[in-house]
Amino acid sequence: MSVTTYQLKRVDLIFKNENDWKQILSKTLKRKKEDIINSLISSELKGRGGAGFPTGMKWKLTSEAKEETKYVICNADEGEPGTFKDREILTQVPHKVLTAMAICAYVTGASEGYIYLRGEYKFLQKSLYNAIGEFERYCEEIGFHFRIAIFMGSGAYICGEETALMESMEGRRGEPRNKPPFPTDSGYLGKPTVVNNVETLVHTYTIFKYGAKKFRDLGVQYSRGTKLFSISGDTPIPGIYELELGMTLSDFVEEFGDGDTKAVQVGGASGFLVPRKRFAETQIGFQGKLTGVSLPTGGSMMLFNSSRSMFNVLNNYLDFFEEESCGQCTPCRVGCQQLLKGIHAVKRGDKPAVYLNKLLKLSENMQYTAKCGLGQSVGNSFASIVENFREEMIF
Amino acid sequence: MNEKVNITINGVPLRVDENKTILDAAEELNIKIPTLCYHKDLCVAGNCRVCVVEQVGTNKLPAACATPVHDGMEIMTNSLKVRNARKHIIELLLAEHNAECTKCYKNGNCELQELAAEYKIINQEFMNLVADHGCTIDDFSPSIMKDDSRCIRCQRCVRTCAELQGVNALTVAYKGSEMKISTFFEKPISDVVCTNCGQCVNHCPTGALIEKNYIEEVWEAISDPEKHVVVQTAPAVRVGLGEELGFEVGERVTGKMVAALKRLGFDAVLDTDFTADLTILEEGTELLHRLKEALVDKNPDVKLPMATSCSPGWIKYIEHMYPEYLPNLSSCKSPQQMFGALVKTYYAKERKIKPENIISVSIMPCTAKKFEANRPEMHDSGYRDVDYVLTTRELAIMIKQAGIEFMKLPDEHYDRLMGESTGAGVIFGATGGVMEAALRTAYEIVTGREVPFENLNITAVRGEDGLREAKIKIENPVKEWAFLDGVELKCAVAHGLINAREVMELVKSGKSDYHFIEVMACPGGCLGGGGQPIPTDPEIRKRRMEAIYAEDMGMPIRKSHENPEVKQIYQSFLGQPYSEKSHELLHTKYLPRERY
Repeated sequence: MSVTTYQLKRVDLIFKNENDWKQILSKTLKRKKEDIINSLISSELKGRGGAGFPTGMKWKLTSEAKEETKYVICNADEGEPGTFKDREILTQVPHKVLTAMAICAYVTGASEGYIYLRGEYKFLQKSLYNAIGEFERYCEEIGFHFRIAIFMGSGAYICGEETALMESMEGRRGEPRNKPPFPTDSGYLGKPTVVNNVETLVHTYTIFKYGAKKFRDLGVQYSRGTKLFSISGDTPIPGIYELELGMTLSDFVEEFGDGDTKAVQVGGASGFLVPRKRFAETQIGFQGKLTGVSLPTGGSMMLFNSSRSMFNVLNNYLDFFEEESCGQCTPCRVGCQQLLKGIHAVKRGDKPAVYLNKLLKLSENMQYTAKCGLGQSVGNSFASIVENFREEMIF
Repeated sequence: MNEKVNITINGVPLRVDENKTILDAAEELNIKIPTLCYHKDLCVAGNCRVCVVEQVGTNKLPAACATPVHDGMEIMTNSLKVRNARKHIIELLLAEHNAECTKCYKNGNCELQELAAEYKIINQEFMNLVADHGCTIDDFSPSIMKDDSRCIRCQRCVRTCAELQGVNALTVAYKGSEMKISTFFEKPISDVVCTNCGQCVNHCPTGALIEKNYIEEVWEAISDPEKHVVVQTAPAVRVGLGEELGFEVGERVTGKMVAALKRLGFDAVLDTDFTADLTILEEGTELLHRLKEALVDKNPDVKLPMATSCSPGWIKYIEHMYPEYLPNLSSCKSPQQMFGALVKTYYAKERKIKPENIISVSIMPCTAKKFEANRPEMHDSGYRDVDYVLTTRELAIMIKQAGIEFMKLPDEHYDRLMGESTGAGVIFGATGGVMEAALRTAYEIVTGREVPFENLNITAVRGEDGLREAKIKIENPVKEWAFLDGVELKCAVAHGLINAREVMELVKSGKSDYHFIEVMACPGGCLGGGGQPIPTDPEIRKRRMEAIYAEDMGMPIRKSHENPEVKQIYQSFLGQPYSEKSHELLHTKYLPRERY
């Protein structure tokens, strides 16, 4: 790889397959549970699904929960528009995911694991079952009792939200629960449950293999390690890339843009749109940066060039949310409809341009009042697009 | 013991149990936080978001109903941020709601309307979404109407149907903007497992679920000079009606109700309690017959336990869910239908009125009674036995329409012939009441002595537990019932269909050896019926229950078999309890139904 002048580093940890999972598994299962948790905590790994909860803390809380039965769930309901990394992980390195699930089970005291697989990924089911069969046989061999089953989703975006996911697994309608209680206390079937994103689990594998320090040395403060990015849109080189966290959008666009990048949507439909003028000050990573803006992401990066209408982009997102809201809470169910209908009314001239202000206020209130992450994050793309491209909304 | 935590609400410090929600805590300080999806009968949903409050130091506004308190929490219930968010939420609900309030049956008794008024939501700038939903009205059922355009998707009805009743006739369908409350394959309510209990109607905050009302039909009958309009009033109505007309919860308004009905223009005001007493004689006798045939004759076709059949919601439930147990149901009609059959036969004969000129109206705490009156079996008088069934709420509407100042009415008495009742008839209105009334009579028939309980109060079958059991040992019976000597009669009482399922599963598993089961479809029995005043909640049911037992204690006669008009009807018309004539008019058959 050629040396670059900007701060963007490609890394190859996730897909590098040295087929050493048996060794990593048996080695790690010999370690003390506290030791494993401490090493995860010191790695500063944060959840890669988008919310960024410290993974070590999640495992610790579940391990401390006083219940006989516990569960480990791998969230493979990859549904965020513009995200397609988990599919690749499950295709290329499923054993790493299974190993991480088993170690999580060891640490927390669970004996059953589930992979909640996105309905559209049904084609992966067979190969995954093969991998699981092989994996379970090895577990038997080394005397570690852990079973993994695949639960097929049915195509609802909201079921990627961990509590809706568990409702769906329990045979009910996929609607998010009230929190607290959190899944670490009361999750699947009311038992303490770790729900980790596919990619998060693979990062723990990296940490078990190379140690926490190697992971923490990557990335920047508050945003350690690497991240898989699903890069799409107006780019000559779309695809999945593993990059160190902490790069600025300027660096990113220089590498992946087509020379005419107008804006980048970071984090999919529920993320933020960053216009060109903010590329330099925007860092990709978790919140906590001292200056400028730091944007977390489940990995979706969509690039838009000057040929794109931001009205159409926003319309597309809102259309998605209006349909994919579970519909239970008022701000999300009705709010999404209002935002969608509202921008069309402004565009048609049925509502005055200042109506956008009312909609912005609404999107802000949705953020405060919606029951789950879906409704709370609709305002991210709405506000960032409307505020930065107001003219395109009106004319 | 629960740990206590220290919090502040609007700056006022409070020490409170840590398992309490913000909403509970605010109630302790008499701070009202508005709610819509919250109901004391139901699990917390936290989906309307009207109860959001500000938690100082955090960005989000948590739902007060769904968020437990923790130490050091500082809550603001009326900050600008809260007010703005709350107004937005009410506005959003109104945008999706058919807010033509003057065309709504629930106008004046709608929680959304109240909130809109409180928050003065006058400038509604959001776009109206009602037309987008292409809503349909389901009015096929004789009991319940559903109008999706009035629905705010709070899911109270869904939770009611699932948690209180275990029926799950109503459920959520679709998602996002198309999410709505629907039934199995979106069939009409009349074509699914719905028992017509009306608990959904009672728990609906708006006009989305209402009873099918027959107010105009009754007014028309009253003003028809050709018609002799007879009205009967169920036991539980007298302890609920006052709530709609200015009285405190739990006030007994029997005499005023009778006075009001007379002023409305009914030609005769009679009492369902009379047929409740009659039911006891028929059903008590049936039970004793069954015991004899099952225990002595060993007749395999005679089923025990025998189950009560007064509650039409329970009847339809068992027809759908446990059709194999239909032979266990008492063949007795409900008091309403016994009354209907007698009004157009016995009453018509005694009063010398042509039965075709009689219109029989009943006032019930119940919506399932509307369905029951509509059953094809219920025409034993040669006519439709009960023409119109009104709920307690509909009666209150008629009284208001007539301009009657209910609170100032004198107490008046029921008319004769079918207006006399006993304390045993009154307690039919509470869960356990039929059981208690039956035991008071059956025990005395069998032993010749009163039930061995102080003041005839069989407290073991009373109360609020979902499923209660009682045993009563029969000693020294009279000669005719000598085979029952030493038999311990085992009884169970269940209310709320979720508990009916529990008792039926016990019976099915063979783990219980009950002789007699009382089931009421609604929580608390009829006093908590689907046709009772809204709201109904645990505290209100408790007060109505106290009123029922107070009414019982206040009656000069408290045993069904001592009701003089009941004695009279057997003497002059029916002969004996369980006689051929009784069977013709007072007993019925049931119908197995599909679950889907």
